[in-house]
Amino acid sequence: MSHDGPHAKLIYMANQIAKFMESKPLDQGVQGLAAHINDFWEPRMRRHLFEVIDHGGHGLRPLVMEAAPQIRRPAEAA
Amino acid sequence: MKDFIIPDRDFGTPAAKSKQMVTLTIDGFDVTVPEGTSIMRAAAEIGISVPKLCATDSIDAFGSCRLCLVEIEGRNGTPASCTTPVAPGIKVHTQNSKLKQLRRGVMELYISDHPLDCLTCSANGDCELQDMAGAVGLRDVRYEAPPAAEMATHFRPKNNSGIANPNYIPRDDSNPYFSYDPQKCIVCSRCVRACEEVQGTFALTIEGRGFDSRVSFGMKSDNALASDCVSCGACVQACPTATLQEKSVIEIGTPERSVITTCAYCGVGCSFKAEMRGDELVRMVPYKHGKANRGHSCVKGRFAYGYASHKDRILNPMIRDSINDPWQEVSWAEAMEFAANRMQGIIAKHGRHSVGVITSSRCTNEETYLVQKLTRGVFMNNNTDTCARVCHSPTGYGLGQTFGTSAGTQDFDSVEHTDVVIVIGANPTDGHPVFASRLKKRLRKGAKLIVIDPRRTDMVDSPHIRAAHHLALTPGTNVAVVTALAHVIVTEGLFNEAFIRERCDWDEFQDYAEFVSQPQHAPEAVQMLTGVKAEELRAAARLYAMGGNGAIYYGLGVTEHSQGSTTVIGIANLAMLTGNIGRPGVGVNPLRGQNNVQGSCDMGSFPHELPGYRHVKNDNVREIFETLWGVKIDNEPGLRIPNMLDAAVEGTFKGLYCQGEDILQSDPDTKHVSAGLAAMDCVIVHDLFLNETANYAHVFFPGSTFLEKDGTFTNAERRINRVRKVMAPRNGYADWEVTQMFAQAMGANWVYTHPAQIMEEIAMTTPSFAGVTYDLLEEKGSVQWPCNEKVPDGTPLMHVDGFVRGKGKFINTEYVATDERTGPRFPLLLTTGRILSQYNVGAQTRRTDNVVWHDQDVLEIHPHDAENRGIKEGDWVRLASRSGETTLRATLTDRVNPGVVYTTFHHPDTQANVITTDYSDWATNCPEYKVTAVQISPSNGPSDWQEEYNAFAARSRRIAAAE
Repeated sequence: MSHDGPHAKLIYMANQIAKFMESKPLDQGVQGLAAHINDFWEPRMRRHLFEVIDHGGHGLRPLVMEAAPQIRRPAEAA
Repeated sequence: MKDFIIPDRDFGTPAAKSKQMVTLTIDGFDVTVPEGTSIMRAAAEIGISVPKLCATDSIDAFGSCRLCLVEIEGRNGTPASCTTPVAPGIKVHTQNSKLKQLRRGVMELYISDHPLDCLTCSANGDCELQDMAGAVGLRDVRYEAPPAAEMATHFRPKNNSGIANPNYIPRDDSNPYFSYDPQKCIVCSRCVRACEEVQGTFALTIEGRGFDSRVSFGMKSDNALASDCVSCGACVQACPTATLQEKSVIEIGTPERSVITTCAYCGVGCSFKAEMRGDELVRMVPYKHGKANRGHSCVKGRFAYGYASHKDRILNPMIRDSINDPWQEVSWAEAMEFAANRMQGIIAKHGRHSVGVITSSRCTNEETYLVQKLTRGVFMNNNTDTCARVCHSPTGYGLGQTFGTSAGTQDFDSVEHTDVVIVIGANPTDGHPVFASRLKKRLRKGAKLIVIDPRRTDMVDSPHIRAAHHLALTPGTNVAVVTALAHVIVTEGLFNEAFIRERCDWDEFQDYAEFVSQPQHAPEAVQMLTGVKAEELRAAARLYAMGGNGAIYYGLGVTEHSQGSTTVIGIANLAMLTGNIGRPGVGVNPLRGQNNVQGSCDMGSFPHELPGYRHVKNDNVREIFETLWGVKIDNEPGLRIPNMLDAAVEGTFKGLYCQGEDILQSDPDTKHVSAGLAAMDCVIVHDLFLNETANYAHVFFPGSTFLEKDGTFTNAERRINRVRKVMAPRNGYADWEVTQMFAQAMGANWVYTHPAQIMEEIAMTTPSFAGVTYDLLEEKGSVQWPCNEKVPDGTPLMHVDGFVRGKGKFINTEYVATDERTGPRFPLLLTTGRILSQYNVGAQTRRTDNVVWHDQDVLEIHPHDAENRGIKEGDWVRLASRSGETTLRATLTDRVNPGVVYTTFHHPDTQANVITTDYSDWATNCPEYKVTAVQISPSNGPSDWQEEYNAFAARSRRIAAAE
């Protein structure tokens, strides 16, 4: 598949999770999405995700943006 | 073949299962046995071996050899003890002058048509015919072919004038592993019956009648290799003479000792006896008391062990500065110093998160535990992953979410109690052959089968097996099909309300029921999408819900999709809906790919969890290991394999220790993998061979085979089996010792002297293993986790009284089409799979005679699609996707539907993963191997990529001559 932009793959992955979580009631979906990323995404990946979110979240599905406040921001480089 | 080392008694006929007991007298001794037991077996129970030839306890009694005759007081004649069941109060005599005379007469007839070359016969010392001749006191053979018909024997090739004997059939050596020598055959039919009853292939038959009866591989024109024979070895095992004999025994002689160990191929985890002479392996024989395989085997475990002594095996450590240099052989100490310096340099420059490990699903639990310990406790990060990433990681996620733990729910014995089996996305006759044989045995006894697979696999239709329903879905539509099955079960009221109310969360069920009842999930609504006829799907759903004990077995056709985790959840939903959990004959059963993929997951190979599936974020779990190891463990999840490669390309991941895993060949989107590997400063490959990944490596640690080390493997039924060292490691060290030396070079103070100590540490830290010790395994043979204070004997069935997580959780499974779609440029869907004779990337099986069955990967294509493209059987074709292209030969078959093509990826030349994309499962990043949009066109030969890659591989495998 073609990925445009440095974070296209991460945007794609976040949206995939969102599509699964969208079939749940909204609050569970938001919580589920944030928990999934917190549990499985290494800090580097979350840092890149926040680079996208902090610039307006272009390309991310609305559920990802909704869950963003619950996603743990990684500590600065260890 | 008689068992002559550890006398596993042959009781002559299989055990009866009745609970009703019967008491009788045999030779004056009372014996009490289950009703239905044969007199032969009852006698064997009290140590009396009635002479026999055609009986053995792996197959049903047949009553043809007439050697096992007995007398019963008050009954007429001399019945065969193998076919005569016990009866209350009867008095049996196994030895008296009449019986002796009869038996001697029978033996005399047998021997009159048998060559007397015992001293040079390959079964010398291991021949039941020889033993029985001794047992009945045969001293003379009076019968000879009469002068008028001097060649009326089966063993004389020609007469004295050189005229050939038409009854003589020369030895058939076509199978690479065993020979069939008809002159030694006594036509006891044990081989034919083993092929039918044990293996279920029906390749052998008896042709002709009376004196003309001969064992035959199918048609007269067929030899062993050309026939349907799958070379499982069951016939060789059953043969009482030298007729069917392992070639290794012919070549070496009889073994002198045996060691019980566990096969290192698939996730069935068969127990074998490694039969040895000195440190030479004479043969591998399936172990009768092995609880996964019950005395059966397949061609891989039984015969394909030659890779262990293959000339390609690397036995000395090697290093090089750059991947463009030739390899340099060095001492272990030099290799360790070089590797540690490089890794330490990377950590100093790029930080502790810039390195990681990949554990092996082929190595032992103990070895895997050490590799994840290396990254967590020495590198100080959680960057560990394993090949389960690319196979069953969605099982871990899906079953964890719904049931509370990542494990199959049953043992393999459970299949004997199943009434309806769903096989979805699995091809057990090729991928898990010994389980397939056990499943087929149950199906022949009347259980019903539903196959959900794009291909018409052998399970769908093979001798005496026919699936009630084959849902030949379009690749990528598993979730739509599974949700539609649930739709039928819910809307037609076929669900098990009592079970759901008791065992699951009723409110969640109602949400779920509402979700699946929506009209867009109806079979009629999805049939255009899935290609499965609505009526067929409805009938399958009704059968599974109402047909008695329903069991689901699934494989990588479920997990290796963008929605792999969703399908696993959907399967768990089906089992909960119908109450098919928590007793024998039911359950959700992932068929694991590699021998220890279950174990490698259990041992904390995943970057987010410590051993025992406990997330690294939990302070109390980290504390257990921190206290023991004296380090601080990172509380953030680490990188998964695809993430490691992304980070490598990005420049933040620089060093990798990869044990027993060939990610370049087995992982998707080869070009991305090679770019990631090429971007690293230190790749350490620890393997038996210079695999494809090693083309990008700077350090090579030679590995040891399963024959050369102690440890444990955990199979798909959570069974922890011992692996025992039968010979010294040819490379000098077992793999756990190599990892320990490397950890020590990196500054760790590890001092394990035996894998048993590593298991002690695992038991100490991991509650589901708390009761596991080598002593326990010695005593019980094997044990299924959880094994702890509460369940000291282990756990054959999970979720018996309640789910591990408490209440079973129904989760909605919305179908989301993969973005890998067909279009005008790529109109066909490629799906991938396995073949019986080869294993995974073929590193082992390609280095055995198994290549006679499969020497290259071929592309299966429907004749309709082939004709449109001008492709004929055997033509080279170019297979192209959005990712890349390769070439291979085509075979035309209607096993695949029009629009679908299929291949295996056992051979590196094919580079099938050049084609696969980097789409992956939403939850786990498990790659979508099973769906790739492709186009096919005629071709002249290998693609540029293949030729360039082969040249590169040859260059990077150079080893500098010693100076």
